[in-house]
Amino acid sequence: MAEIIDNIKELEEDTQKGRFLTFSLDKESYGIEIKYVTEIIGIQEITEIPELPDYVRGIINLRGKIIPVMDIRLRFKKESKEYNDRTCVIVVDIMDISIGIVVDSVSEVLTIPEHDIVEPPQMNKSYNNRYIKNIGKVGNDVKLLLDCEKLLTDEEIDDLHESF
Amino acid sequence: MLDQYINEPMLEMFIFETEQLIVQLEQIILSSEKGSCFTPTAINDIFRIMHTIKGSSAMMMFNNISTLSHSMEDVFYYLREDKPEHVDCTGLSDLVLESIDFIKVEIEKIKYGKQTDGDSSMLTDLLKDFLSALMKENNSNTFEYKVGLEEKKQQYYIMQEKVITTVYKNKYKAVIYFEEGCEMENIHAYTIIRNLKEITEEYYFLPEDIIDNDESIEVIRKEGFQIFINSDYSYQKMHDFLMQTIFLKELELTQLENDDEFKRFKKKTDQPVIQDNKIKGPDLNNHQTEEEHDAEKYNYSSASTQSIISVSVSKLDKLMDLVGEMVIAEAMVIQNPDLQGLELDNFQKAARQLNKITSEMQDMVMSIRMVPLSATFQKMHRIVRDMCKKLGKEVELNIIGEETEVDKNIIEHISDPLMHLVRNSIDHGIESSEERVAKGKSAVGTITLEAKNAGSEVLVIVKDNGRGLDKSKIYQKAKEKGLVYKNEDEMSDKEIFNLILLPGFSTNDIVSEFSGRGVGMDVVLKNIETVGGSLLVDSILDIGTTITLKISLTLAIIDGMNIKVGNSFYTIPTIAIKESFRPKPREIITDPDGNEMIMVRGKCYPILRLHEHYKIKTKVTNFIDGIIIMVEQEDKTLCIFADELLGQQQVVVKALPVYIQRFRKVKGLAGCTLLGDGSISLILDVAELVNLRA
Repeated sequence: MAEIIDNIKELEEDTQKGRFLTFSLDKESYGIEIKYVTEIIGIQEITEIPELPDYVRGIINLRGKIIPVMDIRLRFKKESKEYNDRTCVIVVDIMDISIGIVVDSVSEVLTIPEHDIVEPPQMNKSYNNRYIKNIGKVGNDVKLLLDCEKLLTDEEIDDLHESF
Repeated sequence: MLDQYINEPMLEMFIFETEQLIVQLEQIILSSEKGSCFTPTAINDIFRIMHTIKGSSAMMMFNNISTLSHSMEDVFYYLREDKPEHVDCTGLSDLVLESIDFIKVEIEKIKYGKQTDGDSSMLTDLLKDFLSALMKENNSNTFEYKVGLEEKKQQYYIMQEKVITTVYKNKYKAVIYFEEGCEMENIHAYTIIRNLKEITEEYYFLPEDIIDNDESIEVIRKEGFQIFINSDYSYQKMHDFLMQTIFLKELELTQLENDDEFKRFKKKTDQPVIQDNKIKGPDLNNHQTEEEHDAEKYNYSSASTQSIISVSVSKLDKLMDLVGEMVIAEAMVIQNPDLQGLELDNFQKAARQLNKITSEMQDMVMSIRMVPLSATFQKMHRIVRDMCKKLGKEVELNIIGEETEVDKNIIEHISDPLMHLVRNSIDHGIESSEERVAKGKSAVGTITLEAKNAGSEVLVIVKDNGRGLDKSKIYQKAKEKGLVYKNEDEMSDKEIFNLILLPGFSTNDIVSEFSGRGVGMDVVLKNIETVGGSLLVDSILDIGTTITLKISLTLAIIDGMNIKVGNSFYTIPTIAIKESFRPKPREIITDPDGNEMIMVRGKCYPILRLHEHYKIKTKVTNFIDGIIIMVEQEDKTLCIFADELLGQQQVVVKALPVYIQRFRKVKGLAGCTLLGDGSISLILDVAELVNLRA
């Protein structure tokens, strides 16, 4: 019995492995590992919460569950853009925390084989590419693969230290 | 925490039951100690409790607990049977309480899934010594009891002579008789079989259907439990093994010379070897019988039988969540924008009916979660007793209103602070007997624990008639530590008393075992604040100190007033609101620093502009366009300026997402809630806002 469950788990992981949900932001295309994604919803009314960094836009009501939303543009220190009906919220579940990520638009789910994934070029750490875990090659395009866990934790820790 | 053992109902039951028994036991001991000595009823009760703990812990294979309770049972057995005249009551109480503590620690370990590795041998030895000393002192006909023990042993020696034979595969027939009245013989028999499985593969037993068939209990009682074993164990070893059985009254172990009887039995039972999956089945039933047994136990532990079931708290939490959602859903339907402007008499009627039912249901769910404070209060007896002994003080604990009920979650949060306050009172408050007599007070100090309902709040009061708080001493100490900047005469009594709530404050010069490290009152305050309560300190020098904890009855659902600022919604708990009004321009006063105040009926109150505080864009910045809501908390008053009032609603308090909380505590927000239309409203923390401006 246990074996079967293990098999199922493996299978599940297998089907998710190497699959990425891609979305675009300006000219670049980004990818999030599909295992983090729980759902994609259209933009809805966001309740602002005061005294938070600007990239945390506030909280939304997801069928009775209250989750925070983060604007990926502001997170990457880009200009914010007016939300329209193409704007989407990708709900991800990272380290048991549900959070919505606001993106301009969602493109597609891609399978990127392992040999097409390369490490990002080593640059000075202070550059924004610390959120980029890897770079995936799809045809002639390049997808920037996000490090979701860093997206959630990295800067906040600094913030916390500053506030003390 | 619960989740860890939630899958093991038997273990959960064991923990739950043992904890209850221990609390009961503690109470009996403490009350007996107050009255001169153990009464026959008390002894009977203690004996019964120890007996139960022994049985259940042995069944759950927690050997250290069972041996300890066994030796405790021995002592009380002797007390019950022989009624000796000279008993060292305090010594015995100390021993029993220590043993209780030991069991408590072990139970905690079990809860967290750890091994029960505590060593009870020291306590067991102490108990044995106590018993033998007791016997010696009352050298009456005590040997009857001892003889009983020896008989068993004799039997064991005689048998041994017969059979120190081969090491080769031995065949044994064992007949086991259990003590009369030990109950659940079949379960105990099953335990033996389970243990046997570890040492041998081939065994048969009679009666066969020990678990499934309750009638087997009768058979075991009458004819004993027969086991046929084929094992490598020597007679000695096998005998020792079987002697470990709990509630064992008699063991007849014979080595079979030939296979005849064994084979005969083998034929009789068509299933030679018990298979694993067979064991699985009984395991479940096992639990059922256990429950039945429980029910039985409740029956005779509480004379006034109430039908009670125990439900896990997580299920109640879930139910509470659901009811909360239902309240919101109801509001969504009844206040649906589609219905606006329609004349719907019948709908309104039905809606009112629904409203009535949901609010009744809410009250019911709340009341299920309500637990009387008595258990928490009773715990304090023990603390008072222990501390008085150590500090050589005499203190009497009065308890008033222990039947007052509060939400289960709240109880968990106030238990520790309460303990701290009581300790503080004994350690710092109550003087030693000589000092008290010199002051003209009665030699015995009094601590009063009182609980009472006050509206939607519960007041828990800890009052002592000790030396009280010395204002100038507190002030000096606070100044030394750099905690105050005002002059002493500028501060009110309350302000000075509140200094003791600051972190790092302690007037005690010597750090004692119990208190004085300065990590006291601030922790108490924090604990109370996490459940939305507050703390008031009042004291008169040489008369006493009173500390009052104000706690709201329940956390999850509150009456709230929804207000609007710009595009955001906020909710203010209705309890905090005193009034709301539209201000007139001439009532507004602005001081040179730009702080705005309002004059209401000759009194001046500070104003907080919510839109400025939270930097919300709104068109309403002029006081005459908006509305002022006057809120009060802990005798401080603040006027909140908002755009408009939306109306009153019962709201379900939800915590802000963890991710948000991780950034920093947003000042003045207690949580959030869903409004009727599904939008989110932020709940204001009035206490924090008030302190911000006052």
